Amino acid sequence: MEYEPVIGLEVHAQLLTDAKIFCGCSTKFGAAPNSHTCPICLGMPGVLPVLNKKVVEFMMKMALATNCRLNRGCLFARKNYFYPDLPKGYQISQYAQPPAEHGWVEVEIAGGKKRIGITRIHMEEDAGKLMHDEFSPVSRVDLNRTGVPLIEIVSEPDIRGAEEAAAYLRRLHETLVYLEICDGNMEEGSFRCDANVSLRPKGSETFGTRAELKNMNSFRNVQRALEYEIKRQQYLLEGGGSVVQETRLWDDTAGVSHPMRGKEEAHDYRYFPDPDLVPVVIDDAWVEAVRQTLPELPLERRERFVRDYQIPAYDAGVLTASRQLADYYEEVVRLSAEPKLASNWVMGEILRFLNEDKKEIRACPITPAALAELISLIKEGQISGKMAKEVVDQMYRTGAAPGAIIKEKGLVQITDEAALSATIAAVIAANPGQLAQYRAGKEKVFGFFVGQVMKATQGKANPQLINDLLKKMLAG
Amino acid sequence: METTKISTDEVTYVANLARLIFAEEETERFASQLNAILRYMDTLQEVDTTGVEPMTHAIAQKNAFRTDAVGESLPVKTALANAPEARGNCFQVPKVIE
Repeated sequence: MEYEPVIGLEVHAQLLTDAKIFCGCSTKFGAAPNSHTCPICLGMPGVLPVLNKKVVEFMMKMALATNCRLNRGCLFARKNYFYPDLPKGYQISQYAQPPAEHGWVEVEIAGGKKRIGITRIHMEEDAGKLMHDEFSPVSRVDLNRTGVPLIEIVSEPDIRGAEEAAAYLRRLHETLVYLEICDGNMEEGSFRCDANVSLRPKGSETFGTRAELKNMNSFRNVQRALEYEIKRQQYLLEGGGSVVQETRLWDDTAGVSHPMRGKEEAHDYRYFPDPDLVPVVIDDAWVEAVRQTLPELPLERRERFVRDYQIPAYDAGVLTASRQLADYYEEVVRLSAEPKLASNWVMGEILRFLNEDKKEIRACPITPAALAELISLIKEGQISGKMAKEVVDQMYRTGAAPGAIIKEKGLVQITDEAALSATIAAVIAANPGQLAQYRAGKEKVFGFFVGQVMKATQGKANPQLINDLLKKMLAG
Repeated sequence: METTKISTDEVTYVANLARLIFAEEETERFASQLNAILRYMDTLQEVDTTGVEPMTHAIAQKNAFRTDAVGESLPVKTALANAPEARGNCFQVPKVIE
């Protein structure tokens, strides 16, 4: 029998606010354990959590960017469970009446585009971090992360394979990063994903028993874990067995998943409205105000680059990988009016430098204006493409302007015909043997002359001009 | 006859979720007390609430916000002051994973 995977994803994205969701503690990653805690996020009795307004606005941005309907009102609820990463004994989350529902994003898959539905987006607080001691039966708790704002984005079970899941995640990830509401760092846990996976006979309308997958901390891991899970369930079903509803942890090193132990009991969260937090009401004016702040989203931008700058879809994809990179490229285009050349230089040299140094575009020592100037110099024939590579290298290392580097290195391309003719005449006069060979029909010798002229001019002559003049003069 | 609102099995179940262990006698006592509370709540059922929106909050206020500004956190020592056990600036608990 042929089986079809049915996958739904839950994504947790940490929001880039300065302070936590319900108190004034810093959200900064990497601080000394428990140094970003206060009575509120420690869950002391009698404290009053108050909602950080920016969290609502960030949630609204993502909701609008993913075509969700923003509900007029929403409530916070307590999700009750006992675990040491949660000092209050409950997580403040949203359950009934979520703020955003019924959205979708479009992903590119083999053979076209597909719409993946978004069930809901809601706000909640993150839990603390547990570190398990390897040698003694204890765990240590760092509550700095407790109360860091999250949005949870729940997809419809619309995803039909591991690749589709990865495409959907990439779309969410780039959208969050473009909106500048999440740093997207998967290793630090700013963008996390859980998956619900089940199989059903192809053509069937009902769902099979699902397993939940956790602990996949990169796009690659998500894809591998899902491929593994689909195969695992397929073997089970084909062998006449059945899938058990359980939570499984992905083990990256071993490339397998294991049923989760310890924490799992049949969860019964007993959600109820949190009496500490008053309802949030989002009116049309607020929605409109947030909508005005939305940037152009990556997919739209990609399509516009292809259309307006006439660059290939692949190049547009690379150039829009981050909002800063796309802004950089567009600034170079605006200043140089050369979209194709700008694309070649940004994708070629600039990205190569940055990749080598593991730097972000915002740390690039070459400003868009400097790169545009370099492109103009090439276009005007003042320097050759070869010289430009040398210049751009200097620009990157010193941050100097191209004009200054060219002057300092004496790199001005010789475009003066009379001066170049004199040099060529001298080269020809110095090599009578090769001249005779050339005139006897041995055309390969032409390359020798080009080399000699280049050498005599220290590579500063315009190659096209050398070719033209040499041809004429060698002919006699 | 008084109706049973919550059975001793349910009390055991909820206790288990809350990581509490009760003796049999305690389970029965709490079941009886909880039943009394829940029966008292039945009084509310006598009110006709047709057409009334469920109330989620005792005060009518909406949209109480704080601005996204970092304030002061507690000194780590103070944060850990109530911890039954602490080590290396962390709360220490019995191992929660196998």
